[in-house]
Amino acid sequence: MTDYKMRPVEGTIHFDGAQSTKGFNFNKMCFSFNNEEARQAFLADPEAYMEKYRLSEEFKQALRDKDLNRLLELGGSIYYMAKLAGIFGWNMQVIGGMQSGRTTEEFQAYLDSQGRGKTTNG
Amino acid sequence: MAKIIGGITTSHIPAIGVAIDKGLEDTPYFRDLFAIYPPIRGWLNEEKPDIAVLFYNDHGLEMWLDKKPTFAIGCAPQYENADEGWGIKPIPPLTGETELSWHIVNHLIENDFDPTVCQDIKVDHGATVPMTLLWPNHSYQGIKVIPVAINCERHPMPKPSRSYAFGKAIGDAIRCWEKDAKVVLLGTGGLSHQLDGPRAGILNADFDSYCMDKLVSDPQELCKFSNVDLIEKGGAQMVELAMWLAMRGALGDGIPEERLRNYVAPISNTGVGVQLLIPKG
Ligand SMILES: [Fe+2]
Repeated sequence: MTDYKMRPVEGTIHFDGAQSTKGFNFNKMCFSFNNEEARQAFLADPEAYMEKYRLSEEFKQALRDKDLNRLLELGGSIYYMAKLAGIFGWNMQVIGGMQSGRTTEEFQAYLDSQGRGKTTNG
Repeated sequence: MAKIIGGITTSHIPAIGVAIDKGLEDTPYFRDLFAIYPPIRGWLNEEKPDIAVLFYNDHGLEMWLDKKPTFAIGCAPQYENADEGWGIKPIPPLTGETELSWHIVNHLIENDFDPTVCQDIKVDHGATVPMTLLWPNHSYQGIKVIPVAINCERHPMPKPSRSYAFGKAIGDAIRCWEKDAKVVLLGTGGLSHQLDGPRAGILNADFDSYCMDKLVSDPQELCKFSNVDLIEKGGAQMVELAMWLAMRGALGDGIPEERLRNYVAPISNTGVGVQLLIPKG
């Protein structure tokens, strides 16, 4: 049999078929946030909005807790969670910090520590 | 006959689009990134390509998880952009080039690639940020665009070697199109970044630089990587190298001239690379 299993990478959940199956309703809800009316409806009544998309209690609780790593474990995809983050006004450094256990400033410092600075030629 | 005049790689992260919207190009944070674009625009103004074949990935605007093509090609007369939920202003539609699109589709299927064919799709920041960078202030009206989407969102994703081969088949198709047209290739996305999980924030400037070197001189070396290899080295979204490889495949076999290069890290969470490659002969 073809070996298609992905090697684990620490601190990373590969968003594959199994995850996508588990997270479908949640990701579908977040996909709806492309629409401004949907974003407003969610903000007006998050519980009703989650119910409308038939989220499991685990998903609902993780969202209430704003526990992004738990949402990933349950089957959330970062591309849809980014749309959710937009509703709360969180940019990529904010959610990077939230997921890696850093403040936003610490997360920025971590990024900067790996940067090469600026190289331009040509 | 159609001629491929060059290939441009560029990151397409939303933060760049937001910076353009807010007029932040000349701030210390963004200055070194934006510095590379005037010379690239100068080259485009001189060469005046008729068509851009744009390799991108959809991040959940048009192709979301319910129906997610592994490879897709636009065959539409026009491509709209829309609200993606978090901030960049939608831009006016891109104009398509249906005749070359269909020629590519026919050529691909004859050559054993079977992409999803799209006559009505919206394109997201993966396509619009590069268009805005290269043709600012919506000045892309003069160029026709063929968007080609590669799944970088959910595993299984095409292997890097397959994206390269897919691009190569598209390049062959362009070169045998009978109309006289100048075609520029755009490979977008990357380079190292990881947005998700406890490992979020990893960058790998050395690996990015290795990838940019090999993209020019020996792309086959990059085709040896699996997607997990790329994730280990450059983070979960390093898989967007797929679009760079497809562009390079389309550019043709010989080693191109690397006319321009820029690399800045970090911009947002990403190692941002830009290259202009000119095929020889
Ligand atoms: Fe992307």
